[in-house]
Amino acid sequence: MKTLEDLKALREKLKGDIKVRQKQGTKIIIGMGTCCIAAGAREVMSAVLDELAVRKLNDVQVQQTGCIGMCEKEVLLDVIRPDEPRITYGNVKPADVKRIIADHVVNGRIIEDLVVGKIEQEG
Amino acid sequence: MREIALHILDLIQNSIAASAKKVFLDVNEDEEGYFVFRICDDGKGMNADLLQKIRDPFVTTRLTRDVGLGIPFIAMSTEQSGGHLTIRSKEGVGTTIEAAFLRDHLDRPPLGDLAATIRVILVTNPELQFIVRYRYGNNCFEFDSLAVKEMLGDEIDFSFPEVYLWLDAYLKQEISKVRNDQEAT
Ligand code: FES
Repeated sequence: MKTLEDLKALREKLKGDIKVRQKQGTKIIIGMGTCCIAAGAREVMSAVLDELAVRKLNDVQVQQTGCIGMCEKEVLLDVIRPDEPRITYGNVKPADVKRIIADHVVNGRIIEDLVVGKIEQEG
Repeated sequence: MREIALHILDLIQNSIAASAKKVFLDVNEDEEGYFVFRICDDGKGMNADLLQKIRDPFVTTRLTRDVGLGIPFIAMSTEQSGGHLTIRSKEGVGTTIEAAFLRDHLDRPPLGDLAATIRVILVTNPELQFIVRYRYGNNCFEFDSLAVKEMLGDEIDFSFPEVYLWLDAYLKQEISKVRNDQEAT
């Protein structure tokens, strides 16, 4: 049974994590335009959230973006590791999420067969 | 869209794109034979011209606007299920959308995973005040993200894994409680 009272305990528990999160961590960005959602973006994002929680990757930020005009390649998921190029994965299914997080987010190995775009970051 | 909860997610993206700070979502499983949901935001709103155009799929795609594309879909879905879609909007004040489906119509999509929709919205928009009311018969569940944030304090928000895991479990529990209580009567 979950209640709002649980949050008090969570607040105490999480105090120690706050400092860790202030570092600039890796970002995961998922397209949430209309067709992205129809193609399963919510399920992909839910899988990302659950996997990050399982692996306790508290410093990875999850963000959303609108339609980027690549509707035929949905679901789109970008990974940006600090000081590395922004990698866009396409046709991502919830089943691909574990691999993206283990290989790329954690170990820095790009999964070439899912890549649809690469942007070098400036500066 | 396969689920009404996905339409809701899509429509709330429009509210967020319109810089809403506060979104109210009301879902009623049975309002005199209709399944009804309403989304009310305090975003920048639309003028009469845009309000009219937004329902037209060709206009919205030709302008290649990244918002509002889902409106023709939800309009079609409500109409196919013997319902209606009403949009009211005022520039500088906000937008209110009401979608109604005949509850027992064969073409009415299922509500789907409302908890997942709420969680995704709050994790990616931790600053948003999101108020949700889910009703079924005389049973009702109300949620206000502000109340949760007050419990958590300034430094902790919905983007923390422990918080969003709690949120998911809590929402699922409360939504199914409302359903079970209603179905038991
Ligand atoms: S709606 Fe998904 S990229 Fe266009």
